[in-house]
Amino acid sequence: MSETSLYVLQQLINGLTIGSTYALIAIGYTMVYGIIGMINFAHGEVYMIGSYTTFIAIIGLLTLGVSSLPIVLLLALITAIVIASTYGYAIERVAYRPLRGGPRLIPLITAIGMSIFLQNYIRLAQGSRDMAMPALVTGGIQFGDPAVFEVSISWMQMIIWCVTLVSMTALALFISRSRLGRACRACAQDLKMTNLLGIDTNRIIALTFIIGAALAAVAGVLLSLYYGTINPYIGFMAGLKAFTAAVLGGIGSIPGAMLGGLILGVTEALTAAFFPSEYKDVVAFGLLVLILLFRPTGLLGKPEVEKV
Amino acid sequence: MQRALFPALFAAGVTFLLTCLVIGVKLEQVGSELTVTGADPATWGWIATAVVIVFLVQLFQSPLGTLRRRLPAIEAHGLLPGHRLREQLRPWLIALVIVGLCVWPFMVSRGAVDLATLTLIYVMLGLGLNIVVGFAGLLDLGYVAFYAVGAYTYALLSEYFGLSFWVCLPLAGLLAATFGCILGFPVLRLRGDYLAIVTLGFGEIIRILLNNWTNVTGGPNGIGGIDKPTLFGLEFSRRASDGGETFHQYFGIEYVSSHKVIFLYLVAVLLVLLTLYVINRVQRMPIGRAWEALREDEIACRSLGLNPTVIKLSAFTMGAAFAGFAGCFFAARQGFISPESFTFIESAIILAIVVLGGMGSQLGIIMAAIAMTILPELAREFQEYRMLMFGGVMVLMMLWRPQGLLPMKRPHLELKNP
Repeated sequence: MSETSLYVLQQLINGLTIGSTYALIAIGYTMVYGIIGMINFAHGEVYMIGSYTTFIAIIGLLTLGVSSLPIVLLLALITAIVIASTYGYAIERVAYRPLRGGPRLIPLITAIGMSIFLQNYIRLAQGSRDMAMPALVTGGIQFGDPAVFEVSISWMQMIIWCVTLVSMTALALFISRSRLGRACRACAQDLKMTNLLGIDTNRIIALTFIIGAALAAVAGVLLSLYYGTINPYIGFMAGLKAFTAAVLGGIGSIPGAMLGGLILGVTEALTAAFFPSEYKDVVAFGLLVLILLFRPTGLLGKPEVEKV
Repeated sequence: MQRALFPALFAAGVTFLLTCLVIGVKLEQVGSELTVTGADPATWGWIATAVVIVFLVQLFQSPLGTLRRRLPAIEAHGLLPGHRLREQLRPWLIALVIVGLCVWPFMVSRGAVDLATLTLIYVMLGLGLNIVVGFAGLLDLGYVAFYAVGAYTYALLSEYFGLSFWVCLPLAGLLAATFGCILGFPVLRLRGDYLAIVTLGFGEIIRILLNNWTNVTGGPNGIGGIDKPTLFGLEFSRRASDGGETFHQYFGIEYVSSHKVIFLYLVAVLLVLLTLYVINRVQRMPIGRAWEALREDEIACRSLGLNPTVIKLSAFTMGAAFAGFAGCFFAARQGFISPESFTFIESAIILAIVVLGGMGSQLGIIMAAIAMTILPELAREFQEYRMLMFGGVMVLMMLWRPQGLLPMKRPHLELKNP
């Protein structure tokens, strides 16, 4: 194969890695939007808190003398999921539930306030500096002709793919098979009717926030290990990207969020390959604007009917 | 009480989980090594207090609720003099405020005047965003982009073409309005929350472009040495540039550096008054009424034959124009601009001002802008917590008083009960 095609292949691999984490975060946006029709702007901050918890848990466990890497990673994952879901639940309970049923802009402003609040809360608690951790999972496999261009896939990238795949499958099974999942789908179709049929919709809404937060925490664990650095401001950009992914796939649709995340990740990686990498954010936002203009329902979304 | 025990325990547990790892443990970077240390006992004391408070509040929620309902509601409007009297006093009050604004800077320190100028910039931005958010009900999260367009218009025109502030001011407004129009035209068809995100994306795109278009905008280093405004060609500096004349030479007075600051302040006052005048006029015009009607019910408006796109576009364009003016003035005051000044946080601060003041209420917004800029200056320790408070205040305002501290009152008649 020629050098360019190998280079593109490498970028595709990197893009799929980032894209699958976008997809994980995007599910939180899309599920909440599907049920209560609001953009949970603070979702990116939950991802950021997940990343911080991961760092704290990993360093804490290593300091305590737990040396087995799989156990450390597993415990860190569990801690991050527990803490981030608690945040997801608390945000919904404190900031969004009292406002339900009001005009649309009010919860959005609350969410922006919440996002600023959480960002600065972490900044004050943990400092605004970048924290860097040496890579825990190193190595990988290489293929291709070393003389032309060597394509490499690191173990970390494979872990990201596997964990994403497992979480997505678990979510899909939960939504399609379990009783609670059926209740979630019912809420997304008609909140009032579901309530009339004796399902505690408040509880289901809280559950979607918790699931979204847990998946964001998984993304936080994966990305903080992949990049190795965190700061209190990473949530903003990640949140915007994930939102773009959710809109791209059709907001409200879970398969759409997965597809949107992957497409966005690959597009970004390919842009970074051929243009200065600063412009990859411009491409992401440009893509968002274009989709909203020409196909507001996204790739897999259903059109929304405006009712008087 | 028994029934409240379990939810109270649950809430206390949630509070503990929220705080224990994030506040109770501290990550520290020592060289290339990361360490984790437990926070000092005082912090853990705070965490314990928070948990106990949440527990008790949840436990006694129902008795507290009945107590609060018994308290009489405070009606601020009853304290003001009657409507008739207020109408008569209004012009005098306005005249008094304007005179006060013009005389005040000559009596206080230079720093205070400088701070007042900054406050006035925020007042202008708040008033401009109020057209979009408060009147037309369109959430614009990228308002700072138009501010940036205004600022860079002046900075670039003055650097490359040597145009003066007074020439650039209308140009900056015009260009920002054009940007608003170009952006607004396609996106205003979108529903409210999508619009918010698209404007946010647009704001970020503008900032990234400014950051990377290095050979024109100077990239992250920004543009420095921007000319200050002049008074009919008279400069406010110690020595005149070639062919120019300075203010103190012309009037034959001693050079005082605070003249420049006061002059900038007066320009800001002029701009704010102009903004207020224009907005108050437009608000009573058919287009202004259409903005508010559209905010209240878009479908009803459409069925009455109003064109939503044109109406929204006019609000968007007008808001952008005021941001352009404010940006132009900001560049002139700072003398230096860089993309750092135009981040999303700046948009959020302006939005917080509008929200706090009560969407649509101009007096409220002026008060909120003053509070938001002066409070952090008064207490330096506040500075650290400023953004935290902004976020918290935005949430609390929406929960308790979504109409703002000083909500807008529209003229109305009420039937008294017989």
